[in-house]
Amino acid sequence: MELVKPSIGLIFWMAVSFSIILFLLKKFAWKPILGMIKEREESIENALAAAEKAKEEMKALQSNNERILAEARAERDTLLKEAREMKDKMIAEAKTTATKEGERLLAIARENIQNEKMAAITELKNQVATLSIEIAEKILKSELSSDEKQKTLVNTLLKDVNLN
Amino acid sequence: MANKINIFKQFLVLVSIFAFNTVWAYEPIDKDPNQSEVHEEATAEKHEAGHEEAGKFNAGKTIIEHVADAHDWHLWGHTSIPLPVILKTDKGFDFFLSSKFEHGHASYQGNYNYRLHEGNIVVYDDLTGTVDEEATAKITDFSITKNVAAMLLSMFLMLWMFIKVAKMATKNRGKAPSGLQSWIEPLVVFVRDDVAKPSIGEKRYEKFMPFLLTVFFFIWINNLLGLIPIFPGGANLTGSISVALVLAAFTLVITFVVANKHYWQHVFAMPGVPIPVLIILTPIEILGLFLRPFVLMIRLFANITAGHIIALAFFSLIFIFGEMHAGLGFGVSILSLVFTVFMGALELLVAFLQAYVFTLLSAIYFGAAVDEGHDVHNHVDDHHH
Repeated sequence: MELVKPSIGLIFWMAVSFSIILFLLKKFAWKPILGMIKEREESIENALAAAEKAKEEMKALQSNNERILAEARAERDTLLKEAREMKDKMIAEAKTTATKEGERLLAIARENIQNEKMAAITELKNQVATLSIEIAEKILKSELSSDEKQKTLVNTLLKDVNLN
Repeated sequence: MANKINIFKQFLVLVSIFAFNTVWAYEPIDKDPNQSEVHEEATAEKHEAGHEEAGKFNAGKTIIEHVADAHDWHLWGHTSIPLPVILKTDKGFDFFLSSKFEHGHASYQGNYNYRLHEGNIVVYDDLTGTVDEEATAKITDFSITKNVAAMLLSMFLMLWMFIKVAKMATKNRGKAPSGLQSWIEPLVVFVRDDVAKPSIGEKRYEKFMPFLLTVFFFIWINNLLGLIPIFPGGANLTGSISVALVLAAFTLVITFVVANKHYWQHVFAMPGVPIPVLIILTPIEILGLFLRPFVLMIRLFANITAGHIIALAFFSLIFIFGEMHAGLGFGVSILSLVFTVFMGALELLVAFLQAYVFTLLSAIYFGAAVDEGHDVHNHVDDHHH
């Protein structure tokens, strides 16, 4: 059969030209095409990886921001609390100081009053004594102005001293 | 959805173009052999056409003439492109154009007196009108036949196409592909990711890529060109056993060159097999080495040739019935047309499929040849995508 009989001429030309085209295509077509495809695949892969990384970084940044915010909030709370405490403390201290001062002043005032009172009493006592002596002197003078009266007094006094 | 419909429409248009071309191109060709047959019978009386009745349509002969190689490239009617004839004889080389033969009606005097006889160039005795078998055995035909011309044409097409794509690729470095590049690139990636990588392995596939890609595109492009019935298509190149033989031989030679110790060990002395069994097994394995590329050759040749024969057979039906009755021929032509449209669609698929199968099997043979066996990560069966 003509169909299944290989022809030497065609085999020869095919072998020669296929070798040539294989060499030419390998050098000038497949190498750059495959290289470029590989390069592009790598660049796409890199880009995807970079995007993923950026996403993660973004997430990290966000959580970081949240953390900083939380920290700031906490710090503000602490500061406020401290301020309040300080205020309370100051008020309390002021109160204590004022009370103490008041008490001290009161004590001093009381002492002064006492002193003044004692002085007044002493003076009053002195004056009463003086007055009493003067009264007694006047009474004695009037009682003992006549003999009669001196006798009556002696009698009265003697009556009282009766059986003692 | 709209996209799918669009693709389907394009496909239909493509198929109908093929079908139309087939109808348009085959008719004059089919009539031609009859006429020349008559002519031949008249001029050269003793032309060994005993098995044939003059003027009668012979479907088998017509079909074989169309799928076989030729020394000129038929265009239409009686017009064809003459091709150079190169003959190596014991007296030196002969170069001349095939138009000197006048389609088998004339002889050409070189180192010998040549004549075209049933598609072959023979040494012919004009006086007695007989073929000189002894002298014919001394000449070897290295002509640029229709198949060689088609092959060279397809190779120039491939060179132009792929070097252009390579240039675009270098220019568009790192950018999205465009135009022809975006059409070729997915196919290159397909061969790489679905043929080479799973069959050969991630580590070793790279050095086989140029051969696999060249074979894939060579077979596919020539299968498609073979489906176009008119110039520059029409040559049944991939359905030629010589071409399939060379392609399969390339696969065989590459397999032998790259094969490692592990591969040869498995061929000549399968480890863990007792010697009595080896006596039977080794010859089978050695036979298998050559059987595999042989089957590659037969598969490609048979598939493509069969497709051409079926398409031609449907058209021959028109003429067979047409000879009985003109109306009958017309009726059958409608049926033939429908079948040929269907065959055209099928052949488009087969064109791709055979290119894919040849490439895939070559890759699997290379994969087996370079397989280290112990490396689990590189085993042929261990690759899943």
